[in-house]
Amino acid sequence: MRATLREIVLGCRSLLVGMRVTMVEFFKPVVTVPYPHEALRMPERYRGPIELVRDPATGRAICYACQLCARACPSGCITVEGVKREGERRKRVTQYQLDFSLCSLCGACVEACPDAAIRFSKRYNWATPHKEEFLLDLVRQLEQESR
Amino acid sequence: MTPPPATVQAPGSGETFLLNLGPQHPATHGVLRLKLTMDGEYITRAEPVCGYVHRMHEKMGENRKYAQFLPNTSRIDYLSAMHYTHAFVGAVERALGLAVPPRAEYIRVITSELNRISSHLVWFGAFLLDLGGFTPLLYAFDDREQILDLLEAITGSRLTYCYYRFGGVCHDIDNAFLEGTRAFVARMRPRLRLYHELVTDNIILRNRLIGIGPIPLELCRRYGATGPVIRGSGAAYDVRKTEPYSVYPQFDFDVPVYPEGDSMARYRVRMDEIEQSLRIVEQALERLPSGPVRAEGVPRVLKLPAGEFCCAVEAARGRFAVRIVSDRREIPWRVKLRTPSFSNLSLFEEASRGMMLPDAIALLGSLDLVIPDIDR
Ligand code: SF4
Ligand code: SF4
Repeated sequence: MRATLREIVLGCRSLLVGMRVTMVEFFKPVVTVPYPHEALRMPERYRGPIELVRDPATGRAICYACQLCARACPSGCITVEGVKREGERRKRVTQYQLDFSLCSLCGACVEACPDAAIRFSKRYNWATPHKEEFLLDLVRQLEQESR
Repeated sequence: MTPPPATVQAPGSGETFLLNLGPQHPATHGVLRLKLTMDGEYITRAEPVCGYVHRMHEKMGENRKYAQFLPNTSRIDYLSAMHYTHAFVGAVERALGLAVPPRAEYIRVITSELNRISSHLVWFGAFLLDLGGFTPLLYAFDDREQILDLLEAITGSRLTYCYYRFGGVCHDIDNAFLEGTRAFVARMRPRLRLYHELVTDNIILRNRLIGIGPIPLELCRRYGATGPVIRGSGAAYDVRKTEPYSVYPQFDFDVPVYPEGDSMARYRVRMDEIEQSLRIVEQALERLPSGPVRAEGVPRVLKLPAGEFCCAVEAARGRFAVRIVSDRREIPWRVKLRTPSFSNLSLFEEASRGMMLPDAIALLGSLDLVIPDIDR
């Protein structure tokens, strides 16, 4: 009998304590962000779909189609092609295709590149019902940016 | 230890029916399916059906280079990514005899423990959700968000970190991370007290957990259950203590053990582990050495010597071990992944016999299963 009473009293107390906690929290400021009206800034190291880096001296992509990134990629999402023009020491990238539908944003490509010719973008809210839209032509993307 | 009787025996009408729990059921988090043979409200047999998220991680290990398999390790158990990567790089480091710089080891410990806390917070929220309490999830996710922000700032990702490299870590940590982690430790202690006030002492929770779903130690042993499950059954088995790896022996922390074996014991083990992880993080921050974060002379093309190499770590759900068999090629011959959730689930069939359905849900939640971790 005593034990039962004790349990009832303690039980009720625990419920009241819980409600107090809830009440206190109730008046604290909101912690969420009202996305999409407001969006968070991605941190410096955020890993978004990769993009080519421009060489400030020439205005073109740094990439010289050495294929190291394509070979490092575990999922085979990268296809790079380049041509060597006369009088130039290195190739120039002509096509850089990324199949983002396969990419796991692991970063192996970025780490493999000897000249930091690719980097992660900060793009994160990206969805599409069409798989083909994830086939990216990074060279064209870079050209469009300059226009 | 003799466990208390699970439940009153079902009035034996002898007539049973089959009930599918999952593969898409809120209490089976992910796509676990349980084929329950029910006698009224009582379970006579629970057969777990796995494989709905089988992703061939082990097979993938056999057809790609070591560095290319690294991203997979943070996706086997997406709540425990740091620990899993740790085991894989640990096995390769042992094979190559790589010495990891002390600073890198400390960073690994800090990030691993933060990851453990965030994993336990997800469990805390989801478990209480299974039991019908919604609010604790919101508190837990608020705290977890702090950890995710910290880890995202240094790794670039919120869950699939893939932060460790063979012989170190990817980037060094910065002052903002150190400050943030200190602030988090200071914030988390009062929050834990709040959790205990709000949840642990709650009479409804206590009635739903105490004495429910007892798992005898012998059963844990038979199925190879590890982590909080076996510690909730009275065995102080923690890979960080029993097979020390990294710099864990340098830290002063306890292994929480509760002998009762019921769902409450497993609940308490995880709550105490959050506190212990905070202690480890605190000590590591205090003694963080300076220096490089990546070993020198890691070959660009990794080829392991022929043989078998193992590394086990204490992941949030128990013992995770990697066994690499190498035949000197660039690609492993075999990558065996021993995941804790598989063993922890396996005992469910025996442990749930004769239980009432809602109690079985409590038992299932207290096992803290991550379904992709079971299927691999
Ligand atoms: S991030 Fe990883 S998966 Fe994506 S393209 Fe680079 S190497 Fe391939
Ligand atoms: S991005 Fe870098 S690694 Fe890839 S082809 Fe260009 S230069 Fe080579």
